[in-house]
Amino acid sequence: MTEVPPLAHMPGARHDDYDAGRRRQFAVALMLAAAVGTLPFVVTDVYAQNVFILTLTYVALSQSWNILGGYCGQVSLGHAIYFGIGAYSTVLIYMKFGVTPWVGMAAGGILAAVIALILGYPCFRIAGHYYTIATIVIAEAALLLVLNWEWAGAALGLQIPYAPDSWRTFQFGRNKLPYFYFALGLALLTWILCWVIQGSRWGFWWRAVKDDALAAQSLGVSAFRSKMSASAISACLTAVIGGFYALYVSYIDPGSVMSFELSMLISLPAVLGGIGTLWGPALGAAILIPLSEITRSYISGSGRGIPLIVYGTLIVLVALARPQGLVSLWPTRQRQMRS
Amino acid sequence: MTAPLLRIRNVTCRFGGLIANNDLTLDVAAGEIVGLIGPNGAGKSTLFGVIAGAIRATEGAVMFEGRDVTAQDAAARCVSGIARTFQVVRSFDSMSVLDNVVVGALVREPATRAARRKAHAVLEFVGLAARAEAAAVDLTPPEKRRLELARALATDPKLLLLDEVLTGLTPAEAQQGAELIRSIRAQGVTVVLVEHVMEIVMPLVDRAIVLDLGRIIATGSPADVAAHPAVIAAYFGERRRA
Amino acid sequence: MTSHAVLQVLLSGVMMGLLYALIAAGLSLIFGLMDVVNFAHGEFLMVAMYAMFALVGITALDPLLLVPVVTALLFVFGCLVFSGIVRIAMRAKTNLGMVQVFATFGLGMLLQGVAQLLFTPDYRSLADSWIGGKTLSVFGLYMPVPQLVGAGVSIAAFAAMWLMIARTDFGKALEATREDSGAVALVGINKDRIFTLGWGVGAALVGLAGSIMAIFFYIHPGVGAPFALIAFVTVALGGFGSIFGALAAGILVGVVEATSALVLSPSMKSLGIYAVYLAVIFIRPRGLFGSL
Repeated sequence: MTEVPPLAHMPGARHDDYDAGRRRQFAVALMLAAAVGTLPFVVTDVYAQNVFILTLTYVALSQSWNILGGYCGQVSLGHAIYFGIGAYSTVLIYMKFGVTPWVGMAAGGILAAVIALILGYPCFRIAGHYYTIATIVIAEAALLLVLNWEWAGAALGLQIPYAPDSWRTFQFGRNKLPYFYFALGLALLTWILCWVIQGSRWGFWWRAVKDDALAAQSLGVSAFRSKMSASAISACLTAVIGGFYALYVSYIDPGSVMSFELSMLISLPAVLGGIGTLWGPALGAAILIPLSEITRSYISGSGRGIPLIVYGTLIVLVALARPQGLVSLWPTRQRQMRS
Repeated sequence: MTAPLLRIRNVTCRFGGLIANNDLTLDVAAGEIVGLIGPNGAGKSTLFGVIAGAIRATEGAVMFEGRDVTAQDAAARCVSGIARTFQVVRSFDSMSVLDNVVVGALVREPATRAARRKAHAVLEFVGLAARAEAAAVDLTPPEKRRLELARALATDPKLLLLDEVLTGLTPAEAQQGAELIRSIRAQGVTVVLVEHVMEIVMPLVDRAIVLDLGRIIATGSPADVAAHPAVIAAYFGERRRA
Repeated sequence: MTSHAVLQVLLSGVMMGLLYALIAAGLSLIFGLMDVVNFAHGEFLMVAMYAMFALVGITALDPLLLVPVVTALLFVFGCLVFSGIVRIAMRAKTNLGMVQVFATFGLGMLLQGVAQLLFTPDYRSLADSWIGGKTLSVFGLYMPVPQLVGAGVSIAAFAAMWLMIARTDFGKALEATREDSGAVALVGINKDRIFTLGWGVGAALVGLAGSIMAIFFYIHPGVGAPFALIAFVTVALGGFGSIFGALAAGILVGVVEATSALVLSPSMKSLGIYAVYLAVIFIRPRGLFGSL
């Protein structure tokens, strides 16, 4: 009906604006990554470096979660299952078969994607709260199963045996730098993925499905396919990060890599920073994780419970006052670019 | 004579004990503007849902461009060339006006850049170009209706189903809306619209189909239909109940 | 496995199930009323248990006597939570579903933190009640009296709910608001007031459960979480919004859990419930009795 007018006839300014905005976002991300990359040389305190690594890990995790939850609108509160799949695949393949953990990480990612698709088939026919609760139930069931799985260590978990520093086994005794840069790489990779999605047709489709699945379908968007692809990608990334985490901490057990608390921690940064936005999850993680580490270490004993109180209050305040997330406090220019 | 664009054959829609559409058969020719009218509860929106693929008819067939599309879901029908608006506006509230239309444009223009240009063009066509960067949620109700229309148009439909797009507008706005619908038809799109505002609709449509309680009770030119005794009974009866 | 053992398992399951149903009823009521899932529901239970603990410590009265007091306290608490937090959360223009999930979840975290701060994470238990530690034996089937009382109270509460909804004006207002909260203003019903009271009643129901459970469960800040999940599963199984669906589902959940503990192992008892939930939801996406 309405033909696409040749570019020359269109008010070009707006499109150049949009493309320039996109390029600017990318440039900002690269600069931020470069800046963060210099941190280990500025801050050499090992404890602080650990906080950085954890923060970067959660930046990557929350961005991965955001692909399904923020862009596609499917609130999964059971993402720990994918994290656990990644962690366990990596450790098991390495410890039981002697294969380099890089293979384990990749295998974990693929396995998680496959399981996400299998679970998605029935799950995505369910709407809203039923779906969210189903994700919690599935994750809890998986936790229970692994807790009773002797071969995988059951409740005692698995300890990666000490090995000399090597990239092949991704084991480094004292040097945190390889882990730091890998985590930074994961954070950047997931950001780039989100950035690509935002500009692509999948991004439009998924956000349409999130806002109104019925209307999206009337415009030719397959809600089911959107949810399935978003879910598979999100699961795969989460698993790979889980594998990395397992190698970093060298010890995993169901309670630490498959728990509901973990699922919540994965989703909270996006909520705090801004669900469905490009910078929101990273912002949220950058605030929540250091905060939790600081409160955990400086306030102990009778102050127990303070971290929970702080988190809880923060979440409530943000949910009430700024449901679009903290990222919406940034001046308009940035926000226009988010869609 | 060319085959009709849309053929509805013996469509029945049952929801539990309620029969919303009862053995409906009708044709729509390419290039027509057809009005679907009738009292509340007549089954108009259900029929729209059946044509658009959002509702699965209990019995009967829907043929579009000579092909049986009964088995196609809503998304597939959109790709086939059937687009619709919703009675209660369903905009994508987290997105801008432009992005809303882009979602529709992506059906024919898979590349986002071309889709954005097309979306701009469609917004110009419906008169919303000035609001392109605004958040969809900030639009006034009449603007939201036009956005819904623009979104559906962006899919390059051959058949456009408009569900009460003119209801609740001021007479001046409604006239503008009617003009817009005429220009849409001039572009080669067939339009079927559900409306209540008789003064606007009757001059606009080529043909009117009247539904009551799930059945077609009259079809023909607006003048013929308005004078039809069954139609008058249906409307006066409804007014008496109200 | 003797039929006697089976009966015992069924009985224990039903008694626990009735308690689950009571916990779930409040959740279902709130959801049916305003489409909000209270992710702090487990913490409401915990608050009730700690309230009982504190009151028993202060007054040295038998916990049974304090049950109505705790229930009333939770009623007030529920009203406050709605007016202070949920009402504001519901005003969000975008992502409404997620906002209320996280607002209530944040509240839950906050409550857990406060409990940890005030009472430390140590496990607590109540000094003995008149009913504590006693067990009835009927035809060789054992029924611990506290659980029996809990089951009885649950039945009574559901009966009271039925009466309230069917007979009282408030009950009818509740139903009307449930069906069309936008329209009730036209008949003089103050939607906000009904919502507030609805939260109060919902909280009172879980408060009732918690106050009795405090007699025979250990109390600690995280006690709410497993019950919350069971409550969610129960509500979803029975259909969001159906209070009596919660009753049926609760009993089902209790029995399935008890059976799983026997057939699989006590540590895997929840697996049975999860499997049932998933099976039901995949087949009937609206739950067993849900209409929403």
